[in-house]
Amino acid sequence: MQPLRYTIRMTHFTPLSALAGGALIGLSATMFWFLNGRVAGISGVFGDVVLGRAEARAPKGAFVAGMLVAAVLVGMLVPASFGASPRSIFTLGIAGLFVGVGTRMGNGCTSGHGVCGISRFSLRSIVATMTFMLVAGLTVLVVDHVWRIS
Amino acid sequence: MSERKELVMKVVTAFAAGALFTVGLAISGMTKPDKVIGFLDVSGSWDASLAFVMVGAIGVHLTARRLLGSMKKPVFAHSFHVFARTRLDAPLIVGAALFGVGWGLSGYCPGPVIASSVVSGRPALVFIAAMVLGMGAWEILQRARVIDTNKEVAVTSDGAQESTDVS
Repeated sequence: MQPLRYTIRMTHFTPLSALAGGALIGLSATMFWFLNGRVAGISGVFGDVVLGRAEARAPKGAFVAGMLVAAVLVGMLVPASFGASPRSIFTLGIAGLFVGVGTRMGNGCTSGHGVCGISRFSLRSIVATMTFMLVAGLTVLVVDHVWRIS
Repeated sequence: MSERKELVMKVVTAFAAGALFTVGLAISGMTKPDKVIGFLDVSGSWDASLAFVMVGAIGVHLTARRLLGSMKKPVFAHSFHVFARTRLDAPLIVGAALFGVGWGLSGYCPGPVIASSVVSGRPALVFIAAMVLGMGAWEILQRARVIDTNKEVAVTSDGAQESTDVS
C-alpha cells in the first residue's frame, strides 16, 4: 500500500458567495413549491422531461429551459463562473451513468434530497444526503489519493 | 383563474425559478467541478465553501416553508406534490450511494451539469448523455418489474382479477 499523498487544490474558501448562491437556490425551490406545487429536484425534473413521465410536462420543461437560458447569459457575462472537470471524458461518462441510475433509484439528488427534502425534515432525504455525501467523499479519497486517476 | 391562464403562469414562473436556480449555482461555485471535488476531498486541503451553499439554500427554503406553511394549495396549481414514500428502504440507500460515486468521480451533480452543458460543451454533454442512459435503464427495469409483479398477482389470485395495478 502506498501512503496517501496530499495534493493542494487551487480553489479558495468562498463562504459568502456560497451562502448567497445557496440562498438563491433556496428561493428558486420556494418559488417552484409555492407557485407550482412541485419539488425543485433537478434529477426528477430533468428525468421527467426527458423520459416523458410527468403528467404535466410543460412546467418542468420550462424550468429546465430557464436553467439553460440563464446559463448561456451567465456564461457570456461571467465566463469564469463555469469551470471544467479535472476528469477525463471516459471518467465523466462512467460518472454520468452512476448519477443517472442512482438518482432515479434513490429518488433524488443534491437539490431534491439535500435542499428540498432536508427543508421539510424528510427522514428519507436526510439519510440519502448523508449517504451520498459520505460515498462521494470516499470516492474522491480513492480516486485522488489511492488510484490517482483522472 | 382559467385553466389556460394557470398553465401559462405555471410555465412562466417555472422558467423564472429555473433561471434563478442556475444563477444561484453559478454564484455559489457549484458549476466548478474542481471546487466541488475540493469540497468532497476532506483529506487534502479541504475547501468547506460548498457547505455554505446548503446552509443558504436550506435556510431560505426552510424559513419560507415555515412562514407559508398554512397555504392550502400552490398559487397556480391545484395541489402540492404528494410524497408517495415515507419509509427508508434499500433502493433509497443504494441509489444515494451510486449517485455519490458518480458525484465524487466527476464533481458534477444533475443541476450544475445541466447548466454547464450550454457553456462547457463536450465533457458536460457526455456526462448528460450517460446520465440519461442510466435514468432510462432504471426506468425500463422498473417497468419490467411492474409487469412481472402483475403476472404473479394474476397467477396467485385464483382467477380473480384484482389488484393488478401496481404503481
